[in-house]
Amino acid sequence: MIPDMILFILLAIVAVTSALGMLLSRSAVYSALNLVLNFGTVAVLYLLLGAPFIALAQITVYAGAIMVLFLFVIMLLGVEQLRKGSALPWQQTLAIISGLLLLALTAYVIFIRPMTLPQVSPTQLGFGTPGAIGEILFNKYLLPFEVTSVLLLVAMIGAIVLTGKREPKTKT
Amino acid sequence: MSLNDLLVNLNLIMPITILTAWACVLLLVDLFIPKERKGITALLAALGLLVALALVISRAGVATSAFNGMIMIDGFATFMSVIFLFSGLAGIAVAYDYLIRSGIERGEYYVLLLFSIVGMMLMAAAADLIMVFLALELLSIPLYVLAGIAVPRPDSEEAALKYFLLGAFASGFFLYGTALVYGATGSTALTEIVSATTSGGVNLSFLVIGAGLILVGLGFKVAVVPFHMWTPDVYQGAPSSVTAFMAVGAKAAGFAALLRIFVLAFPPLAMDLTPVLWALAAFTMIIGNVIAIAQRNIKRMLAYSSIAHAGYIMMALVPYGQGNVAADTVASALFYLLAYMLTSFAAWAVVIALEHNMGEGRDTDGLSLEDYSGLGQKQPALAAAMTVAMLSFIGIPPTLGFVGKFYLLRTVIEGGFPGLALIGLLTSLVSAYYYLRVVVYMYMRDGEPVVRREPWLYFTALATAVGVVVLSIFSEPLFNWASQAVLKLI
Repeated sequence: MIPDMILFILLAIVAVTSALGMLLSRSAVYSALNLVLNFGTVAVLYLLLGAPFIALAQITVYAGAIMVLFLFVIMLLGVEQLRKGSALPWQQTLAIISGLLLLALTAYVIFIRPMTLPQVSPTQLGFGTPGAIGEILFNKYLLPFEVTSVLLLVAMIGAIVLTGKREPKTKT
Repeated sequence: MSLNDLLVNLNLIMPITILTAWACVLLLVDLFIPKERKGITALLAALGLLVALALVISRAGVATSAFNGMIMIDGFATFMSVIFLFSGLAGIAVAYDYLIRSGIERGEYYVLLLFSIVGMMLMAAAADLIMVFLALELLSIPLYVLAGIAVPRPDSEEAALKYFLLGAFASGFFLYGTALVYGATGSTALTEIVSATTSGGVNLSFLVIGAGLILVGLGFKVAVVPFHMWTPDVYQGAPSSVTAFMAVGAKAAGFAALLRIFVLAFPPLAMDLTPVLWALAAFTMIIGNVIAIAQRNIKRMLAYSSIAHAGYIMMALVPYGQGNVAADTVASALFYLLAYMLTSFAAWAVVIALEHNMGEGRDTDGLSLEDYSGLGQKQPALAAAMTVAMLSFIGIPPTLGFVGKFYLLRTVIEGGFPGLALIGLLTSLVSAYYYLRVVVYMYMRDGEPVVRREPWLYFTALATAVGVVVLSIFSEPLFNWASQAVLKLI
């Protein structure tokens, strides 16, 4: 338990710091890189909780593919630097108030009324492993899985149709 | 699932399998078809639809489930599939010449149309909320793209963007509802939802909120008030051939999902949901019909008319929870969707025949009511088709629209909602004003309407108009077929 606890505290510190760094940094690229760090630490937290599939998906999909996309967009659009001052002046106060409210609510449920939380049943052995997910994906949910791939194909065709090159129009 | 199981299951949904594969193949074949001969792609797409139609009809008696209960193949799915495939065929027929003359012809148009129909057929057969969601997306995404296929024309872009944003929003509602239903019952399969509900121990408030959110999500798709805001702009901005297909296909698919989900999974919630459905139906009929009166643009008018008709069909859904009326609910809704499909295509084919591009020496686009002046003398056949469509929309015999409305009202009265039936009747009377106005313009005003002589448009307009009249004479067996479709559902 103790090594787990130490690991958790270390990871939590890194995760929170990187999340803060992402929010507070004025450079979009730094923000994006902080987000990568955050994704990575959260992935390790998932591993600690016994959810290897989500951990791997977090790394490959979020820290990998989506972050590359983010960086591409940031660099292509050339908006690396944020302007000084915030665009919505009331936003900060509102954010602090609602953040504190959320924190108070969570604290209330966890420390004052822990009994109202539903009992979590212990997970079975092998729950959430890539093998178990593959098993269910290719048996019970085979058709939705396949339809999803058709859906992606259609979305791709659509993107190409709407953005592809057109010949000069014949008539209007 | 072993390979053998997979093949067995794919065989069970053969029409859908074939259509999907055909759409993929067509995408490749289209690359080798030269630019001036995209008609071949249209023809091949229609061929695929015909094959699927033949398969659907040849398996009409089958009632089974496939893919571990994700799909239900039954009379209901068969009936709806026939509607979807016919609207696909009509959608291609009205599109072919229109696309050429508008300068937006591309092979992908037909491929996307096929994929959309695959989504609709899956929607009618889906027996699991996850499948319903995926089918909803599969039918919608091609429609978003098709609505914007005339880019860089601004109104087409606007239509695509509006439809996409509101559609994505609606999908969010649907998913949130699904999540709540899953949270309450522990399952997304329709049959398990109802068994979990009746066996008790279910958080009913979660379930009702979930069902309500699902209703909102699908309500956007079928355009019932107050989720109709996008309809006039999208119907007007999208290329007319897309609008014609969208007005029928998307609406029918949305109602297929509503009927299947409500009648199968939510009868125990009827106490809570019936008043909501009542209000939706009433407001949709009133607002749709009243705003349509003010429209001078024929596409906008038909858009509001389609909203009003969503209200009529919604009316049949109100008594869905009463065991003995539920069969009539589904049967009359199916029948009305068939009537609506034929009527709608007759009207839209005429609209497309009269539409022309601005410029070219004319200062109108052929879409305002004035452009229909004199059509009765110049093009008696088209004017007759339009007249039949308008009469059918109002519900005047001898048209399919009349028979359809009769069955709808009968269902509502059987269910014990005479007030709603009265609203339906009165709003139909109101609608006569703006539908007959088109007829008045066509026959009693002089004018020089500009009409295209395009064989497929003529054929669609006349064939559907004749169908509206002739089928109304044989409506009894047709309604019995719809009723049988239902027996297996319940």
